[in-house]
Amino acid sequence: MKKQNLKAWLYLAPAMAFLGLFMVYPLVDVVVYSLEEGYNSASQSYFGTGLYNFSYVLRDPYFLQAVKNTMILVIITVPVSTGLALLISLGLNSITALKKLFQTVYFLPYVTNTLAVGLVFMILFKKTAYSDGLINLLIHAFGGPTVDFIDGPYWAKMLVLCIYTVWIVMPFKVLILTGALASVNPLYYSAAKVDGTSKARIFWRITLPMISPMIFYLVITGFIGAFKAYSDAVALFGVDLNAAGMNTIVGYVYDMLYGNSGGYPSYASAAALILFAIVFTITCVNLLISRKNARV
Amino acid sequence: MKIVLDHLTKRFPNRNRKIKEEVVAVSDFTFEIPDGTLIGLLGPSGCGKSTTLNLISGLEVPTEGRVFFGDEDVTDLPPEKRGVGLVFQNYALYPHMTVLENIMFPLGNFKGDDRLPKEEMKKRALEAAKLVQIDGLMERRPSELSGGQQQRVAIARALVKRPGVLLLDEPLSNLDARLRLATREEIRRIQRETGITTIFVTHDQEEAMSISDLIVVMKEGAVHQISKPQAVYDDPVNLFVAKFLGTPPINVFRGEVRGEMLFIGEEPVLPEPGVADGEVTVGVRPEGFVPTSDGALTCGLTRVEVMGRDTSIVFTHPSLDGEGGRAIVEAEHAAGLEPGTVRFALKPTKTHLFDAETGERIRNASGV
Repeated sequence: MKKQNLKAWLYLAPAMAFLGLFMVYPLVDVVVYSLEEGYNSASQSYFGTGLYNFSYVLRDPYFLQAVKNTMILVIITVPVSTGLALLISLGLNSITALKKLFQTVYFLPYVTNTLAVGLVFMILFKKTAYSDGLINLLIHAFGGPTVDFIDGPYWAKMLVLCIYTVWIVMPFKVLILTGALASVNPLYYSAAKVDGTSKARIFWRITLPMISPMIFYLVITGFIGAFKAYSDAVALFGVDLNAAGMNTIVGYVYDMLYGNSGGYPSYASAAALILFAIVFTITCVNLLISRKNARV
Repeated sequence: MKIVLDHLTKRFPNRNRKIKEEVVAVSDFTFEIPDGTLIGLLGPSGCGKSTTLNLISGLEVPTEGRVFFGDEDVTDLPPEKRGVGLVFQNYALYPHMTVLENIMFPLGNFKGDDRLPKEEMKKRALEAAKLVQIDGLMERRPSELSGGQQQRVAIARALVKRPGVLLLDEPLSNLDARLRLATREEIRRIQRETGITTIFVTHDQEEAMSISDLIVVMKEGAVHQISKPQAVYDDPVNLFVAKFLGTPPINVFRGEVRGEMLFIGEEPVLPEPGVADGEVTVGVRPEGFVPTSDGALTCGLTRVEVMGRDTSIVFTHPSLDGEGGRAIVEAEHAAGLEPGTVRFALKPTKTHLFDAETGERIRNASGV
């Protein structure tokens, strides 16, 4: 028995070493960094320990701006992308002709490079010396004034970021929901049809409850994903996100480490832990709600 | 409500698109189902019985022919306008709803003036639940019920809107043997109590025989025989019906009629007055054999199986179709039988002649 245990640990050792080195150690290190006040990465020295890093980060206007941006992004894109994905999946599920083609088309953004998508969005939204961008042309056609979506007002930039994020995250959701819809036994629909159930009632009372576990899954992963947003903002607004006022929490952490104002691993660690606390809280709330509602 | 099926035909395009020929699921089905009866649609799988059920419920539209409920032509009506209750093979209970919610669900579809107040809906649901004796389980979910209980909930859900017709698709196939026996009695009782015209589909002959008023035997979309259960067994119209009904199955011999006498092998076994000379297929029910020392048919005896009340004799014969025949005789008749040879007398009412080519029944002058 003892020998067997030893063998088992031996087999586990490579994976454990790898995970310990690249997963567990950094996690611990983040906590340690966040508590070391005045840490200097060059001399590897610090003045003392305490919660000063947290209070600094929480008072930093750039961090507060990043939190606000992230929150807006999360609150807008998660429901919008999930809702749209549900509509598209219902559509995909009900058509018969060209179903495969449309499924492929809706999945394309998932396999498209973020920066390539960013380029396309530039063409749509960016104002250059030659053109105001496609969207502005449309706005002109309806008689509106030019809007600078990339360097202009905050709401315009946020709008572009939200559209971009929704567009990026939707394909995966469409994929999952199309699968969930297809897995609902058609017998339930036959049974409902014989009883004269209206289309709307079938959707609200049968389809939606049946796929609700998948929807909750998408909402939870969607929240986590949106809180971790960073590369999307970079693709649209460049690396100096603080200047653009479009930074996200992860962007702030990155800037604190490697950005122009970087070199502060303690502040970065504190910010990362605050992000962790936010995501953890929201995921717990999500799980509680889903457990209450999941009745299948 | 009586149901009239008038030359009902359903053809599906072939799954394999290269084959242009359509698949005929139901072919020229004409039948008037009397009001308040329990009809069993019986046949092997793929014989079109479920399609027939779907044509009656409206889930499928017939290629040709009409369906009447009473005097009303419902062929072009969608399922919800026909007023049918349908119970699916695996019940199709909504897993996220309680028993009460499941049973109430059809009532929630009523619109306008038909819409019932919530209290009335609950009352109706409880009535239906009482009828199938599940009124103590109203707050459970389907996953917390046994197969038999789920079946009852499905029946209650089908009955709650008080349909004119109740359709059951393989209602007992998901139940274990004991439950099956109890549930088929239950279906019969519910049908008697409500007087609702009921059609149920099954591939199990015993099930059909035990509770139906009339049995419809189908094969490859065609109706072969419509009769009372006993008549289907005792008086089959063709070889298929004779073979399909009865356990153990009917014993089939190749025979010949010469001079109004039936020969199996070279032995004259039964006089068949009025039957023309020629080759025939002979079907003998297991209970149609009487072992006697002066019996007309000589068979090889393989073994004797004692089953308590009856005794089963497994025998061979050169003219027999299949591996071995089986005769069921009363225990005292089988006393003293030893492996070797056995001689049987055949009971005329249990021996049927069929055309060797078409399998159609050949009747002698006295009608058997």
